[in-house]
Parts: sequence; structure tokens; C-alpha cells
Amino acid sequence: MQTSEVREKIADIISDIALDEDLAGLDDSQSLRDQLDLDSMDFLDIVMELKKRHKIEVPQEDYPQLATMNSCVEYLTPKFMQ
Amino acid sequence: MSDDSFDCVIIGAGMSGLAAGIRLAMYNNKVCILESHSIEGGLNSYYQRKGFKLDVGLHALTNFAPKGNKKGPLGKLLKQLRIPYDLFHLKQQIQSRVAFADCSLKFTNELDILISEVEENFPSEKENFLRLVKHIQDFNELDYDNKYISAKEVVSNFIKDPLLNEMIFCPVLIYGSAWENDMDFSQFVIMFKSIFLEGFSRPQGGVRTILNLLLERFKELGGEIRFRSAVEEIKVEGNKAIGVILKSGHFIRTNKILSSAGLVETQSLLGRENNPEHVGKMAFTESIVLLDKKPCEFGVEDTIIFYNQGTKYNYSCPSTLYDKSSAVLCLSNNFLEDDEQQGIYRVTNMANFEMWNQLERAHYREEKNKVLLNAKDTIKRFIPLFEGKELLNDVFTPKTVKRFTRHENGCVYGSPVKIKNGKTDIDNLFLCGTDQGFLGVVGAMLSGISMANLHVLMGGR
Ligand SMILES: Cc1cc2nc3c(=O)[nH]c(=O)nc-3n(C[C@H](O)[C@H](O)[C@H](O)COP(=O)(O)OP(=O)(O)OC[C@H]3O[C@@H](n4cnc5c(N)ncnc54)[C@H](O)[C@@H]3O)c2cc1C
Repeated sequence: MQTSEVREKIADIISDIALDEDLAGLDDSQSLRDQLDLDSMDFLDIVMELKKRHKIEVPQEDYPQLATMNSCVEYLTPKFMQ
Repeated sequence: MSDDSFDCVIIGAGMSGLAAGIRLAMYNNKVCILESHSIEGGLNSYYQRKGFKLDVGLHALTNFAPKGNKKGPLGKLLKQLRIPYDLFHLKQQIQSRVAFADCSLKFTNELDILISEVEENFPSEKENFLRLVKHIQDFNELDYDNKYISAKEVVSNFIKDPLLNEMIFCPVLIYGSAWENDMDFSQFVIMFKSIFLEGFSRPQGGVRTILNLLLERFKELGGEIRFRSAVEEIKVEGNKAIGVILKSGHFIRTNKILSSAGLVETQSLLGRENNPEHVGKMAFTESIVLLDKKPCEFGVEDTIIFYNQGTKYNYSCPSTLYDKSSAVLCLSNNFLEDDEQQGIYRVTNMANFEMWNQLERAHYREEKNKVLLNAKDTIKRFIPLFEGKELLNDVFTPKTVKRFTRHENGCVYGSPVKIKNGKTDIDNLFLCGTDQGFLGVVGAMLSGISMANLHVLMGGR
């Protein structure tokens, strides 16, 4: 799977969680938490959605890997390929 | 008998149970909500009288936040339930006030108004008030490890004028304290923020708007809900609940239970003796009067008036059927851009459950009527124009609340003991709702969400 596809799948999840938020201006290298006002409840949801939609497990110690869009893509691409 | 079993059973289809149900169903749990009443809503339900639709409780939704604000309780819960902001159709309050005998403080959803009112009426207290607000803003009321601290003690370290002190406590106590004349400081902070820093709004269409959204979302996610299904017993083996037994005798097996029935009520379902100190004392009567015109057509600009006769506010269970010396007067559809056909006002008085419970039928009716007459008298002090414009009256008492929600003593704010982490001594049984410590409509939903997250989705991590 291409990294662009992975990015799209992550963006889908985030836009479903941050309902009223516009993702168009997102800076992929900056913190998702700060740009989208995400809190720990939202990160729980990103993890839950990855499991529900793509059967991908993210152990709690890896949550910091989800900090920016770039780090999400980097961390999750190998998991999408499995 | 076919096996009736679920990953999780939720006791109660009030705000907290419905919100918890949505979270669990969203992540593929097989979940069933069991509700004893024939409709949803619990303490904030609805009914019809003579063709008019009435809400049971809703004075106002606290915790107002404008669209786009994701940080406050309202933004959080909408996100967690995947409900777009606009679907609540929130209309903000016009203005409210705390009205004591010789002093009145107006407030709106803009804190500046309250600050200038404090400055005008208590010039020497302005700086103290600002320091108190700052202390509240910086306080983490959501920490599950916070211990009980007396709010009266904390606030009196900031505010020196006894009258201002009483006036600040009045709305905060009556909109959420399970304790008499004081409350836990964490609870105080929750309530202060929700009333004074965030403020009041009303979903267009009243509480039904919210309940319909919750119920629809829950069903759409595959959740099951059963009405007229009172849980009579939680069946335990060792330290683990294995299921619940309904009034009908039917057994439902489950891996986990979230109970919004209340702390002592849940203990009773386990067959345990109640600790009398855990039973709350604060109960209320409420008179509901429908008017043939809307308050704005009478030129009335108040949304809620927190009225008190004297200079001291006595928030405790009265030794009479109800307490006339203070009341909440709520014009529950007098919000900005309201689209209702009729006007409505509600008058809430503190009341004594035991005394109401002991009245026999004819007497009970008579006393209810006196409550109504007193309510009309009280509103007349502020808004004389309503007299003679009534279309319909209704009164409920603590006995009514007990009958429809099964809360001991007809308590609205539950037990004075709050279980912030929701845990019980049964491994897989958790509390959510009022007795977990978040209350009001918004608080209860947030409680359901956070307990579902913590104990089921995250497995208690
Ligand atoms: C008159 C009044 C006015 C109010 N005004 C406001 C307001 O203006 N703004 C605001 O934010 N809040 C208000 N509240 C408070 C608010 O309604 C509550 O804080 C909130 O609804 C509590 O929700 P809950 O889910 O914790 O509990 P509940 O609503 O009590 O839900 C518990 C549910 O469990 C069910 N149940 C109990 N035992 C069993 C059993 N054994 N088996 C099956 N089902 C069971 C009950 O029937 C009930 O439906 C008001 C309350 C009242 C009574």
C-alpha cells in the first residue's frame, strides 16, 4: 500500500472523529493534538477506529507515534502492509 | 430457555446510560440497555398533558460552548458521540439572575457581565472574585483522585463578604449539590464552570431533541434497548457479576455491567443493606405552568431567576413538605430565538421526600395544589403579568421522581458519596451517571462516555 493511501485512511478516521473540523489546511509535520484540539479521548478513538476498520492494533506505549500525520503514516504503513 | 447474553449490560436509559451505550456499540460490543420506565430519559425525560409536550426537568443545558470549541465538556461529548454541533440546535439564554432580598446579580453567557455586577454591588470584592475565578479555571476538577474538600471553606478564602458568598453558592448548590449547605470543591468547580463560565442554552425542541439523537445513534450502531425491563437483582458469583435478573424473572448474562441506577440503588440490586449516610437528602417539588403567550411577548428578559428571601441561603432538606423561602424560577423556553408557541415557567422548591411519601392520596393532591399556588405567588413577585394567562398546570414531588426513576428519596443529585473512578467491589460492575460525580444533562452524558471508555473500551487501564 502506498503511503498516500495510508494517509488517506488516517485522514478519514480523523475527519470522522473531529466532526466539525476542516482538515484541508493540516500541516503533516505539526502536532495533530494542537492543530485539531484533539485530546486523549480522541487518540483513544483513533486507535479504536484503526482496530475496527483495519484490524490494526496500536499498543499503548506506541501512542506517541501518532503525534503528527507524518509520524502516523510512517508508523502505520508497515502495519497496513501486513 | 434460549441464552440471552451480552458483552455489556447498562442499567438505565437516562443521559449517562444512553451515552455509554453509544460508545460501546460504536466499538462492536454487543450491548443492551435495560430501562424500567416505558421511555428513555430518566431524570430528564418528557411527557404529554392535554396535547402539550412537556419536559420533566430541563431548565437549561449548562456548559454552553459556541461551535468550534472542542475543549469544554459539550465539545468533548459531541465528538465522542459523533454528533455534529448543529444538530443540538442550541439557543443561548437571554439573562439570568441571583435575586436575594436586597441584592440582585445578573449573569449571561458572557462572564464580563457577572464581573461588572459584582463590582457594582460589592466594589471591594471585585479583585477577590477575579482571583476566585482564576483559581477555578486552573483547577483540574476531573482528576479521579481528588479528595473531598469543602467548597465553602475554599471559597471563603477568596470572598470575604458573606452575602456575595451566599449568592455565588445559591445557583451552584441547587443545580447540583448532593450535600446540604456545602459541596465537594471538585463538584463546585464543575458546576461553577458549567453555569457561570460556560452558561445556559436550550436545545430547540427541548430534551426530546437530545434524547432522540442519542436513541437514534444507539440503535443505528446496533445497540439493543429494552423498556419496562427493571433489573431486580445483579447476580454475583465470587467477585464477579454474571448477569442480571429482571422483574419478570428473566435472566440476562453479561461480561460487564454499567449501572446508572445510583450508588445505594445499585447496592440494593446486589442485595446489600444501605448505609443511611449514603442516601442523599436533597429532593424537590416542581410546578410547571404553561402560558398562552411567550414570556418575550410580555417583555420578560429573564431566563432563570435564583430567588432567596433572606440574606442567608439555606440549602437543606426542609422540615416542612417544601421550602417557600427560596426557589428557582425558570422560563424554560425564554431563550434567544426561541420558536415555541406557548410560554412556560417552572418553579422549583426544596422538598422533604419522607413527608411527601407519608401523605395519603387526597391529602397529597391538596398539598400539591398548595405548592402550585405558592409557585404562582412567587412568580408574581417578579413577573406580575403572567397572572390569568395560564393554560395548564402540573406539579411533581419527590415521590414522583422516585416512582419514575427509582432514585432513593426521589433524590435528583444522588448520594453525597461520589465514586469518581466508577469502581465497585465487584470486579466487572461499574457506576456511571450522577453518583460517579458528573451531573446535569451534559455531565451525565460525559460520565457515561468516560466510564464506558475507561472500564470497557480500555479495559480499566
Ligand atoms: C426537575 C429536574 C430538573 C433538572 N434540570 C436540569 C437542567 O436544567 N439542566 C441539567 O443539566 N440537568 C438538570 N437536571 C438533572 C439531570 O436531569 C440529571 O443530572 C441527569 O439526567 C442524570 O442522568 P443519569 O443518567 O445519571 O441518571 P438518570 O436520569 O436517573 O438515569 C437512570 C435511569 O435508570 C433507570 N433505572 C433505575 N433503576 C433501574 C433498574 N433497577 N432497572 C432498570 N432501570 C433502572 C431509571 O429509570 C432512569 O431512567 C434536572 C433534574 C430534575 C429532576
